[in-house]
Amino acid sequence: MHISEGVLPTPTLIAGAALALAGLSLGLRKMEQERLPQVALMAAAFFVASLVNLPAGPARVHLVLNGLLGLLLGWSAFPAIFVALALQALLFSFGGLTTLGVSTFNMAFPALVVHWVCGPWARNGSNRLAVVAGFAAGVLGVALSAILVALSLLTAGEDFLGAAQLILLAHLPVMLVEGLVTAAAVVFLRRVRPAMLAWDR
Amino acid sequence: MHLETLAHGHSLFHRLDPRGKLAVALAYSLVVATGHSAWAAGLGLGLCLLGSLAARLPWREVAKRLAAVNAFTALLWLVLPWQVGLGQGWLGLGLTYRPQGLWLAGMITLKANAIVLGLMLLLATSSVNQVFHALAHWRVSPRLLQIFFFFYRYLHVLHREWHRMHLAARARGFQPRTNLHTYRTYAYLLGGLLVRSYDRAHRVYQAMLCRGFQGTYWLLDHFHWQRRDDFFLIWGGLLVALLLGLELAA
Repeated sequence: MHISEGVLPTPTLIAGAALALAGLSLGLRKMEQERLPQVALMAAAFFVASLVNLPAGPARVHLVLNGLLGLLLGWSAFPAIFVALALQALLFSFGGLTTLGVSTFNMAFPALVVHWVCGPWARNGSNRLAVVAGFAAGVLGVALSAILVALSLLTAGEDFLGAAQLILLAHLPVMLVEGLVTAAAVVFLRRVRPAMLAWDR
Repeated sequence: MHLETLAHGHSLFHRLDPRGKLAVALAYSLVVATGHSAWAAGLGLGLCLLGSLAARLPWREVAKRLAAVNAFTALLWLVLPWQVGLGQGWLGLGLTYRPQGLWLAGMITLKANAIVLGLMLLLATSSVNQVFHALAHWRVSPRLLQIFFFFYRYLHVLHREWHRMHLAARARGFQPRTNLHTYRTYAYLLGGLLVRSYDRAHRVYQAMLCRGFQGTYWLLDHFHWQRRDDFFLIWGGLLVALLLGLELAA
């Protein structure tokens, strides 16, 4: 979910950069030294998985996975998403430098919300509840991100109303796929490595 | 996964100190991204085109990346000139044609291409580790840089691991379709990848502790700022100032 360079007005870029910076510094401060390689490697795993596209009817969708990332990383979602976006800007010239702050916040804040809202249920709830929480995490992560992206676009003027609506619409199928994948991934992790979910931050 | 396709080369741009390039790239993209002057963006695009010719960037790769950017801007050309209002306008479809939308789409296309080409010329001509290293000299949070280093180092490893797991799934007859089974299978592959990354991080950290890691990530080699970097910084700065001047005059 990228916004190309040259679209957003300066105040939006500044606000996004400030919010992302606040999230980043909090995320980094809360992280213990031992946890640092874990955050980096899990961010890499998420990056790899987001390159994959899944069939959804006639189209193919890329996973966003910020819901699951939020469940596992909490505040560390900010640095994890930031490094992934920065690398894309460096290597693929995708996204760009000036939008880095806005994009980081648009993806990491929903991850944090998911961590707060769905985290406790996914971690400690019964199996059935964890499936529901996982599904909600996947849907919520993408939905909130799409809404934030649409809102960011709207700050560029009413001309972007159509584009903003299109973004919300295009993400509906992604939300469904994302919810299903996240729910199944939560079940898997609870069975295989519950400690990964039990991390509280 | 071969990522640094533009970083190989021996042109001036490849040899410049990444700190100078990063500074100019930042200033340049800020000026162009926040500007409203088509002249400034056009001049920036022209300069970067000349630069990429001088740097002998492989045009195939450059075109591929620009195509990816313009897939997004093409969408804007389709969406922006139309406003949706129910029960009015063209053919009664509720669409009204707005010519200023076309101008906006053109402006964004120009700016996006100018910036992306500039980043290719200035940043992608250094290896990723060199850019991280330049950031370390700028006193960017060492923890963030450590995450960068680990992230980039193990990205390739985990990509290979994913590829192996995917191959194994296919070898057992897995074919992706639009159904629950497919999504569950992908979720389990993803879960497997996450567990592997988690465990590997643990091993990496223990190995670091064995080698006496105490929280400082040492930089072993350093850049040498040369006269050509002074020249580049001055000329790059002047050109960015020129763009800014065009911007303010408009």
